[in-house]
Amino acid sequence: MAPSGSCRRRHDVVVTFAAFLIQCLNALQYGLLLFLVASGLTLIFGILGVINLAHGSFYMIGAYLAYALAPFVAGHFGGSLFATLAIGVALAVAFGYALEWGFVSYLYERDHLQQVLMTYGLILVFEELRSILVGDDVHGVAAPGWLAGSVPLGELMTYPVYRLFMSAICLLVALAQYVVIARTRLGMAIRAGASNREMAQSLGVNIRFLYRVVFAGGVALAVFAGMIAAPVSSVYPGMGNQVLIVCFVVVVIGGIGSIRGAFIASLLVGAVDTFGKVFFPQAAGVLVYVLMAAVLLWRPEGLFRET
Amino acid sequence: MKRRFRWLMRTLVFCTLAVTATGALAQGKIKVGFMLPYTGTYAALGNAIENGFRLYVQEQGGKLGGREIEYVKVDDESEPSKAVDNINKLIKRDNVDVVVGTVHSGVAMAMAKVAKESDTLLVVPNAGADAVTGAMCAPNIFRTSFSNWQPGYAMGVVAAQRGAKKVVTITWKYAAGDESVGGFKEGLEKGGGQVVKELTLPFPNVEFQALLTEIASIKPDAVYAFFAGGGAVKFVKDYAAAGLNKTIPLYGPGFLTDGTLEAQGAAAQGMLTTLHYADGLDNAKDKAFRAAYQAAYKSAPDVYAVQGYDAAQLLGVGLAAVKGDLAKRAELVAAMESSKIDSPRGVFTFSKSHNPVQDIYLRTVDGTQNKFTGVVLKAIADPSRGCKM
Repeated sequence: MAPSGSCRRRHDVVVTFAAFLIQCLNALQYGLLLFLVASGLTLIFGILGVINLAHGSFYMIGAYLAYALAPFVAGHFGGSLFATLAIGVALAVAFGYALEWGFVSYLYERDHLQQVLMTYGLILVFEELRSILVGDDVHGVAAPGWLAGSVPLGELMTYPVYRLFMSAICLLVALAQYVVIARTRLGMAIRAGASNREMAQSLGVNIRFLYRVVFAGGVALAVFAGMIAAPVSSVYPGMGNQVLIVCFVVVVIGGIGSIRGAFIASLLVGAVDTFGKVFFPQAAGVLVYVLMAAVLLWRPEGLFRET
Repeated sequence: MKRRFRWLMRTLVFCTLAVTATGALAQGKIKVGFMLPYTGTYAALGNAIENGFRLYVQEQGGKLGGREIEYVKVDDESEPSKAVDNINKLIKRDNVDVVVGTVHSGVAMAMAKVAKESDTLLVVPNAGADAVTGAMCAPNIFRTSFSNWQPGYAMGVVAAQRGAKKVVTITWKYAAGDESVGGFKEGLEKGGGQVVKELTLPFPNVEFQALLTEIASIKPDAVYAFFAGGGAVKFVKDYAAAGLNKTIPLYGPGFLTDGTLEAQGAAAQGMLTTLHYADGLDNAKDKAFRAAYQAAYKSAPDVYAVQGYDAAQLLGVGLAAVKGDLAKRAELVAAMESSKIDSPRGVFTFSKSHNPVQDIYLRTVDGTQNKFTGVVLKAIADPSRGCKM
């Protein structure tokens, strides 16, 4: 009996370890997606100084764009995923640019309360427009054929290829952001504008234009995240609000305005959320906020506050 | 914002009406207050319920019990913390005669409490919280939908019949989920099965991946899930994407696949669910209802529309018995209590605690339909635990 017992125990340990690895993958993948949305939020918050509550709405708009554009793109461009993404992002940049020009640019000199009021108003407007234009039904978005499969993982489970693809895209975008901010002229201007607006201006940086670009970029990131996530998350009313709250947690933990901080914080939140659900199901709802509180106690400025 | 604006509009319209048509108030209109979710996850459900209700009233020429019906609306946002304020707006500000609502169980509980205290007539057209017709039951509170226990219990019976011994349940951690799982457990244990793990996540969180991995490592005979709306779509799709549907059958109450099949697509095919309504019920009432609903709203009705429609039917029975005289409350309630509703779901009656005594059907997902597959339990009544009436 003894050997078979120990053998079984070893088998159990292997199974548990495999399950643990899969959970790590789950955490990573959720964290990366969070980063995609949160990085736009932290950019806008950190550089423009605007609390943008409507950021979750951009995520929702992205998901609905993926739903609405798919048939159109299929009809005109042969239905490639990248064509849909390109069109969506182009629309998002234009939309963000217009929004900054029409609304957000008036907020820079105002206090936070007015920013919150304005952007909260935008949430209501977007939700209502969505309800009028698309209705309140839940919709599914199909993943492209070449990504629809799944790879076996563990004894019973398979992992959808699309989720892995999503993670890869998120990593690429994170890398691209790093390169733009740290290695390009535009990135230099952005960093300069963030640390000292007047000085940057006097050195010939067009701050108005810069802000417009940053806002459009932030919107594009959220819309892009929504489009990428649509096949996995489905498309439904109010989907942005939930994401918004978690993203604020990420931004606060990571340090306002820090892309690097947002990256680390996203992964942290992803891990705490995933393992919290497994090990402390009763407290799963609050764990992320406990993490935020703990980080704030330890470092009130967040992990990577850029000064 | 929107609500305030509508309210303003309504006030304006009212003032104009009051000035121009003061004479016509002798036998005034009956005010029905809809307290339903018009935004958020359950928005589509709220609209379907209102559509169903209005359809029946329209079929009666806009009148119930000889009196014209007018509507007031409040969006409850499926937000329990605002529920008391919202229902008080209807009762105190708008002076409605009857409140119809809502979808979310937590909100419905708060509504039941206020309705009980203020003795306002309340018809619940969806929320299945057991307590509404259990501990909270009252003569003035009726429900035309179901109790969470009912479809859950029926699914437990089915799962046991199909040989499930070890079952994992998964739901949002809130009243409706707990009660649905409770009913399922009761039915399953009666048939010799056992719930080995109850997984939960906070409402309305939809990150299921971690729990799916957990299910895969437990390897149960079956999974019972309670989700609705966007969460139901995502769960069923994630479950299939994780490959679990190939080896572990996924069961649930009908909400898992109702109004969500277009979005769930291939992931839901062949799934079994239990509910008090199904596609392809071969009765004349259902056919007529479906045709009328389709003609009126250019979309197919679902179970929520049926529940709204029956809420109006029930109110119609009560009002007809007192000829529209709301002052005769006792007679009105007595008539509603003993009514036999000719619902599209089939005829149903009411239990002493004012919950439907109804058949629960087994349905199989086929394309975008929940096809009727059989009757699991005939005329099943909720145990109505804790109801003293």
